[in-house]
Order: sequence, then structure tokens, then C-alpha cells
Amino acid sequence: MAMTDGNRSYSVRDMIKENKKKQNGQQFVEWLMPKFLLLTAIISILTTIGILFTLLFETFIFFERVSIVEFLTSKEWLPWDEKTGSFGVAPLVTGTLLTTAIAMVVAIPIGLASAIYLSEYASEKARKVLKPILEVLAGIPTIVYGFFALTFVTPLLQKVIPNLGIFNALSPGIVMGIMIIPMVASLSEDAMSSVPNSIREGALGLGSTKLEVALKVVLPAATSGIAASFMLAISRAVGETMIVAVAGGSSPVFTFDVTKSIQTLTAYIVQVTTGDAGYGTTVYYSIYAVGMTLFVFTLAMNLLAQYISRRFREEY
Amino acid sequence: MELTVVKERKNKQAEERSEKNVVYRTKNLNLWYGEHHALKNIDLDIYENEVTAIIGPSGCGKSTYIKTLNRMIELVPGVRTSGEITYRGRNIFDKSYRVEELRTQVGMVFQKPNPFPKSIYDNVAYGPRIHGIRDKKILDEIVEKSLRGAAIWDEVKDRLHTNAYGLSGGQQQRLCIARCLAIEPDVILMDEPTSALDPISTLKVEELVQELKKNYSIIIVTHNMQQAARISDKTAFFLNGEVIEYSDTDKLFSNPDDKRTEDYITGRFG
Amino acid sequence: MEKLIDKQRVVQHMNGRLLRNNVLKFLFFLATLFGLIVLVVLLYRIFTQAIGWLNIDFLNNFPSRRPENAGIKAGLVGSLWLMVIVAPVSLILGVGTAIYLEEYAKKNRFTDFIQTNISNLAGVPSIVFGLLGLTLFVRELNLGRSVLAAGLTMSLLVLPVIVVAAQEAIRAVPNQLREASYGMGATKWQTIYGIVLPAAIPGILTGSILALSRAIGETAPLVVLGIPTFLAYLPRGIFDTFTVMPMQIYNWTSRPQADFQNVAAAGIVVLLVVLIFMNSIAIFIRNKFQKRY
Repeated sequence: MAMTDGNRSYSVRDMIKENKKKQNGQQFVEWLMPKFLLLTAIISILTTIGILFTLLFETFIFFERVSIVEFLTSKEWLPWDEKTGSFGVAPLVTGTLLTTAIAMVVAIPIGLASAIYLSEYASEKARKVLKPILEVLAGIPTIVYGFFALTFVTPLLQKVIPNLGIFNALSPGIVMGIMIIPMVASLSEDAMSSVPNSIREGALGLGSTKLEVALKVVLPAATSGIAASFMLAISRAVGETMIVAVAGGSSPVFTFDVTKSIQTLTAYIVQVTTGDAGYGTTVYYSIYAVGMTLFVFTLAMNLLAQYISRRFREEY
Repeated sequence: MELTVVKERKNKQAEERSEKNVVYRTKNLNLWYGEHHALKNIDLDIYENEVTAIIGPSGCGKSTYIKTLNRMIELVPGVRTSGEITYRGRNIFDKSYRVEELRTQVGMVFQKPNPFPKSIYDNVAYGPRIHGIRDKKILDEIVEKSLRGAAIWDEVKDRLHTNAYGLSGGQQQRLCIARCLAIEPDVILMDEPTSALDPISTLKVEELVQELKKNYSIIIVTHNMQQAARISDKTAFFLNGEVIEYSDTDKLFSNPDDKRTEDYITGRFG
Repeated sequence: MEKLIDKQRVVQHMNGRLLRNNVLKFLFFLATLFGLIVLVVLLYRIFTQAIGWLNIDFLNNFPSRRPENAGIKAGLVGSLWLMVIVAPVSLILGVGTAIYLEEYAKKNRFTDFIQTNISNLAGVPSIVFGLLGLTLFVRELNLGRSVLAAGLTMSLLVLPVIVVAAQEAIRAVPNQLREASYGMGATKWQTIYGIVLPAAIPGILTGSILALSRAIGETAPLVVLGIPTFLAYLPRGIFDTFTVMPMQIYNWTSRPQADFQNVAAAGIVVLLVVLIFMNSIAIFIRNKFQKRY
């Protein structure tokens, strides 16, 4: 087994044995790495704990100054007046729900229709072109959508609806919906694509049209995945900030009129943090209470989405 | 009276000789995957510079057994073992025995060729490098010698730095053997090394095995009885996690002791 | 004998069914095109508005009260500074977490918990990360409105995306390669470092670049941190105050003067060019190294 190299002679086996003796460094690395990596994994848990702790702690201070009953039941959000101020979160919630609902009216039908087209009708080639375009749509920064809503969509809508305000719920809602289309489309398409072809073939073999296969066979089979995608879309719209902050306005009014200026939970946080509400004022603490509301809402939607896709997962 | 003495002496000699040449001794090995009892009371001695074939129908535990020999089986979650395997007199399940150390002595060639997504050179040099050999000149030499040892040098010497995925399946498998030779193991475990290869590549690997047994002890799992008959010195027949019969290959294939062995090698099941 | 199925009616019915199929197919196709149309309109609008405002001066100037003098230099440089923090921090944490989960973690409750936690973290609105950053980094750790505070906040924001991308890339490395490496007597870390990571790196990079481009386009958390929009100097280090492109665009968008809208459009073009550049790199890496095993 020995190799000769001029007058040297050695064997790999011996060299390995020799090296083994000095491999304390290697053993140290072997001991260290899992601990270091575990630490990095724990950072993500610490982030969640940090978020929860921050929100809870500061919200608690807020509720020492403002009663939780007022926060939940009052229909007036007038935070700026220290004396007569009123902190009823309802207007911010309705503002949020209003824009979210509009976004869903846009995103769900268009997103689902795209998903059906991509999954059931489109050729492999068409899919390869169309999907990346949708991805681009999802990759555009939200501030760009905000700009688009304010400077293009709102003026455009004003031609149709003359009494539409410069700031309103409709325009950012629609644009937010457009932004969310790719998310609904791609998640729903994933769900539909995972329906096995044998089921489609079974239906096609009975003389079904593709439409009947899509609507009566594939959609029902993919319901849970599609429903989960809707939940995630809602959560995304609720948490969306820049579009509504730019184009939605800053009028916390309890209204369901889509033509009026409104304010969402997120837009309120933006308004306070860009303004000069001093550290320690009630207004300052109010953003944490609003943030908490937002967090609870989106977390509930996300958990619901996870529950739906786990609980009703189709087994093929 | 005289005769028995002679016989006893002969037996004793045989035992002494075998004691010296035993590479692996398996004593009462049991293995469970969760609840499934995959290996049952295995007793098996494997000898130096021989090719030991392990045959049996799929699911009989032959792959499990060979993977136990270098403790690769521990990568499967939920595996438990009892009993003992000694390698060169040392219990491989011993707490003080590091698996890395064992696997440096015991090379393995897998069912499907699994070269790393690296150059041919880097594939072979990987083993020496992880064991701390960094000298470029020595590495060059090891690479050449290993590739020659695996009878693939002439085919790849001009493209050592191209990706190993450009090789054919048979070449990839011989590269994997070369990669294994690079750290000069003592034993080479082969887990159905030709099952994914075409007949010509299979033949090349079989010839290689014959060549390698001069320097290495080889344990080969195969689903192919002809292959076992062609290349091995000893053969063990596994069935349902048990060793049914273990003897010289010639004997096992021509005159098996057990009815089940006979049924298997004559193709009545499996 | 009365027939159960009237062939005549089936045939008549067929035409209606096929018509419906074709009409809806066309509608589905239109819906798919809708995204493309919006994209084209959006880009067309922004580019036409930006033309005339986009020049070397725009890249070289600091923000100004007069639209014709306004420039994006502070934002552009600031966004790059942000990456100085976000790229290493989020990559080390994200890839580290992914390696831990895929290679070391045992299948138990704790691992499940980390995994669930990561997917929930991915769904937390970005503005909430801003609140965390404001409290923890800006105030408690007293980092102020610095590159570091913003960078750490953004790192945590994109962390889940990188973890998931890296996990997928690591999972795609076939087990046979790990076995081969272990079979040669390699240790766990030697196998990860020498075999798994090199094989997974293209996938990790592709996902990470996309995550980083998200951090470059993100505005909301930085608004909450109080990152200024009007800054006439460049940061010299990670403890300096700074601004980023999206913040400047936000500021210009909310100005009443019409000309500032054009400045905002010009800023958006610069931002999009940076994003397109990053995405091209990601696509290039993906195509170059696709399917190697």
C-alpha cells in the first residue's frame, strides 16, 4: 500500500492516522456548530417573543391611560386632543376592513380565474411566460403601488365617480387587490396542480369539458388550499401599509362609504410615527395598541389558514 | 482415538487461523426499525481478503446488515440494535468508538452511483482532504493511484477537472469506488453496486472487485445470484432478517444444506 | 322500451357546454392577462412621468425643497448601506436556522415549534416589525435612527423568507451525497460544509437575493423607526442616521406640488432598476445552476 515518491515512502492510511491525532480543532468545531446553529434558530423565536413582549408591554401602559372598554366600544378615534381625546378603535378597524374587502373583491375572482387558467388551460409554454410576470407584480415595492394608486387610479376613478375624494378607500383597495392577485393565483394554482391527473382523466373520459373538470372536479378537490390562500390574502391586505397610507387618507371616520377618506390601522401608525407625537404621550402608546390589534388580526388569519390547509388536506 | 486427536488439532488450527483473519465478527445481532424486527440473531464472521456476498430476496435485511457494519444505519431515525459486531476485535457499538474512525477504515459503495457535484479530481480528493491531507503533490498522487485502482484512470485522465456528472453511470460508479479507495480503507462494503448499471458496466465492476480483493476485504450485497456465484468466496443467504445459510460460495450454490436456500437459488421464490 | 338517455338531447346540450367552456376559458385568460396589463400601464405611467427628471443630477443631488434640484443620492447610498447590515445578518441567521432545522434538529415538538414560529413570523405585517425595531433597537439599545437599527429590523423582517428558501435548497440536496460523505468517515459538519452547502448554495442565493430585494423596497418599518426623509449628507458608518430610496419616494409622493410627483416617479425608476438588477442576478444564478444532480 505504500507509495514511493523519490526516496520518500508513505501510506495514506498512516497519514490519516497521524492527522487524527491532531484533530482537536475539528472536534471543537463539531461540538460548536450545532450550538451556534441552534442559537441562530432561537433568534427567530426571540423575534416573536420580542414582538409579543413589546406590543403587550406598551399596550398595557396605553390601557392604564385609556380604558379598554373605550378602546373596543367607542366609535370615535380622536387621539390628538389630549383632553377631550377619544380612543375608540372602531373607525380604524372599519377603514381597514373596507379597504381589505375591496381588495378581496378584486384579488379573489381575478386571482382564482388566473389560477384556473394556469393550472387547467395554459400550455406549459404559456405558463412559463405568465407565471414570472405575475411574480414581478408581486415583487414591486408597495410604495410604488401607493404612488400608482394616488396619481393614476384615483384620478381615473374620479372620471367615473365625480364625487370621489382625492383620498378614499376605493382606489387603494383596488390597487391592493391587484398587488395580492399573484399571491392568490400562485397559492391556488399550487393547490389545484396537486390534484392528481388521474382524477381529471376520469372526468374527461366521461365526456366532461375542461370547464366542468375545473369547476366540478378540481376546484372542490382543492378547496382547502384555495381557502387557505384567501385567508393569507386577507391577512396580507389587513397588514398592508404604504398603499393605504399614501392613497387612503388620514380621516378615522366610522363609515362604509368607499368614496370618502378613511384611515386604516396601519396608516394610523404611519401618521403618528411620521408626525411628532412625543415619546411617552398617550398618542405614542396608542400605536402599540393599534399594532396589537393588527397583530392579533393577522395572526388569527394566518393560523386559520394553517388550520384549514392542515385539517382539510386532501389525501390522494 | 488417535484419529480424534488429529481432528481436534486440525480444528484448533483452523480456529486459530480464522481468529487471525476475521475482519468482522457479528454476534447475536438484532435490529429494529421502530417496531419492525429487521435483523434477528445474526451470527456471522467475515474474513480478510475475501469477497463475501450477501444474497436474499428484497426486504430480507441484507442492505440493513451491510449498513450496520459501518453504522450508516444510524442515519435512519428510530433504529435500535442489540448484540455485538466487532471489527478487528473492537466492538463497533462501543461508546468510545467514533463512527468517523470506523468509516475511515471501512469504505462504502452505494446502490446508485453518488458522486459529489464536483470535479472528478475533487471527488477523489474529498476523502484525503477531510482527513487532513492537503499537500497538492500527495493529493495528485493519491487521485491517480485511486483512479487507476478503480480501472477508470485512462478514461478520465484528460478531464480530471470536469464535473463528475458528465460521466456515464458505470464510470460514475467506478469513480465512487476510486473515491472510496483514496483513503485506503481496510474493508469495502458494496450495497448492490451494479443494480443501476448496464451489463457491460456491471462486468467491469465485477472484474474490479476480483482485482480489489487482493488488497481489501469486500462485502457485497447483491440481488443477483449469478453475480454472487461469479465473484464471491463466501456467501450468506438472508431471509426475513435471519441468516439461513453461510458457507463457501461453491458449496452454497451447488449443495446447500437448507431447503429454503435451495428454493431461493433455484428461483422458486424471491 | 323507453331509453334512459336521449342521445338527441345530449348532442344538443353538448353545444351549450362547449360554448360555455370556450367563453370561460377566454375570461380566465383575460383575468391572467389583467396582471400583465396593469404592470404595463404602471411602468408606462411611471417612466413617462420620470422622463425629463431622470438624469445624472438626479442621481447626484441630495433632496431639495425645489423639485428641479431634488436628487436621490442620499437614498441610493443609504439603501446600499442598509444592505451592508441586512445581507450578512439575515444570511447568517437565516442559513444557520435552515441548516439547524434540516441537518441537526431532531423531529420533536421543539423543532415543530421553531418551524411553525417561522411560518407565522412570515405572516406578521412589516409595520409590526417596525414597532419591534422602534422599541428594541432605536430606544432600548439606544441605536437611534441609525443604519444599524434599521438594518437589524429589516434582517428580522426578511429572516423567515431566507430560512424557508434555504431549507428548500438544503432539502433538495439528495441524501445519497450525505451518505457518501459519511461513508468516507467525514463528520457531520464536514459533510454539511463540504457537500451540502456547496450543492445548496445556488438555491440559497436565489432565495436570499429575492429576500434582500424585498428589504430594499420595504418602507413601512422604516417609517415607524422614524428614518428621516430629508437628509443632505451621507452616512459614514453604521451608527449614522441615514435615509433610503423608498422613504424619499414616500416623501415626494406626499408633497402637494405636482412636480414632486415626477420626482417621485424618477425615484421609483431608480428603485426599480436596482430591483431588476438584483432579480436578474437571482434568475441568472437559478438558470446557471439549475438541476445539477
